[in-house]
Amino acid sequence: MSTKFLIDNAKLIELTINENADEIEKLDQEIGDGDHIFNVQRGIKLVIELEPIIKDLPISKALNQIAMKVLSGIGGSSGALFGTLFMTMAKGANIDDGIDFKKAVEIFAQGVEAVKQRGKADVGEKTMMDVLIPVSNCLQKGLEENKDKSEILNEAIEVAEKGMLSTKDLLATKGRASFLGERAKGHIDPGARSSQLMIKTVCESVNS
Amino acid sequence: MKKFMNSADDFLKESLQGFGAAHKDIVSCYYDPNFVTRSSSTKEGKVALISGGGSGHEPMHGGLVGHGMLDAACPGFVFSSPTPDQMLAAAEKVDSGAGVLFIVKNYSGDVMNFEMAAEMMSGPNASVLTNDDVAVEDSSFTTGRRGVAATVLVEKIVGSLAEHGGSLQECKSLGDKVNKNSGSMGVAFSSCTVPAAGKPTFELGFDEMEFGVGIHGEPGRRRDKIKPAQDITNELLEAIIEDLKPNSNEEMLLFINGMGGTPLTELYLVFDNAKKFLDSKNIKISRSLVGNYCTSLEMQGASITLTKLDEEIVKHWDSKVHTAAMRWGM
Repeated sequence: MSTKFLIDNAKLIELTINENADEIEKLDQEIGDGDHIFNVQRGIKLVIELEPIIKDLPISKALNQIAMKVLSGIGGSSGALFGTLFMTMAKGANIDDGIDFKKAVEIFAQGVEAVKQRGKADVGEKTMMDVLIPVSNCLQKGLEENKDKSEILNEAIEVAEKGMLSTKDLLATKGRASFLGERAKGHIDPGARSSQLMIKTVCESVNS
Repeated sequence: MKKFMNSADDFLKESLQGFGAAHKDIVSCYYDPNFVTRSSSTKEGKVALISGGGSGHEPMHGGLVGHGMLDAACPGFVFSSPTPDQMLAAAEKVDSGAGVLFIVKNYSGDVMNFEMAAEMMSGPNASVLTNDDVAVEDSSFTTGRRGVAATVLVEKIVGSLAEHGGSLQECKSLGDKVNKNSGSMGVAFSSCTVPAAGKPTFELGFDEMEFGVGIHGEPGRRRDKIKPAQDITNELLEAIIEDLKPNSNEEMLLFINGMGGTPLTELYLVFDNAKKFLDSKNIKISRSLVGNYCTSLEMQGASITLTKLDEEIVKHWDSKVHTAAMRWGM
């Protein structure tokens, strides 16, 4: 994995998110306040615009620049949470020596743990954590069991989808949807949907 | 969508520029990162009060920057929390060495971003988290109650204490007390439209209201058919009183806040109806505020806030204030 990998995947994610923008916006209007899709789109655009500045940087510095850009450029929960994810991943030891699949899984897990702390949310609270935590666990477990990389990635895609769909019947206890109580039930969480799409895009791109 | 705007991208910047130009005797506006400070620098030894939140709630918070209230405000995008770099830049500008008190509304994005700024700051700082909205159930397992209109009162009252030389800890304690003494609840008659979205945040039938609405148009307790003002007022007040449990003859501040699209005529009518109801409950209204202070863009509707008063709170409520949106005593 390299800085080029980050930029290429940001571009792929932009395509996926744009294709599903109407759906995400609608989900957010049902149980949120409708700004999630704009925050995500603005964040991805800002990351892609960093290309000339970060393309020759080592991956830790590139991730840090992405983190700061996301943190300052998006605002809202998305900015703080994704900023925390990238900032923590940038701190992963020795990542500039090169990132293999195992190292990528390790720093992703550290990032997800930091996001969990920042948002004080766990699985089952109808948030993006219902996608990120199971995916992180699935990747780590796959490695422990010495499974084939492509098998692990396919499993991660399935787990992400399952996690996203699971938010539909959950009661929200964190974030803006929590103010709805029972009324949030029956709606997929927009943050879980956007995260799932990002995970799917990256896993497919690693697998291709 | 009908709005005074040229493009969604320039919406916030042009509005801030106008605000800064119109009130240049009181405030200075800075851009990239965006923040508003008083036009004069912070007095040596005075605790600096910084608030912030998504834009679209004007005059909160920029219009509350000035003598006797905030030292700085950080406006985020419309309905999106501001970011740590804004808060750090604002703190850098207004911290006189006595510390910085952040006043934060309890919304996840605001809480996380202010938390990150506080972690990155080297100097002494503390935060007051407002959560006055009684429409939402509070529990330690959830995000909890939202911070809404009482934030304006906290900023006025703590702002006065800071002006009078209160320490960082004293300012925080008073802020926490005012928040704890306050309860709010709102009702919306129409939705609002976020400029970047271009369409209303939610749909509301012509004879419907959202009871317990949040300040971004988030749904509240329930959707209801519209009723006479006295009935709506009574229901809002009952919910607040149930939460605050005031004593008989307790002195309170009554704050009727407009959401942006309801005329003052109606807000005063709500005040009248609220007073009638509170009189019947032997609750004494000894201070009042009526107007659009914590708005939700062009939303029609209002919120009611009650705050239990004591000598300290009254003293700091009455003291002089000079901001774009609130001026008295000078």
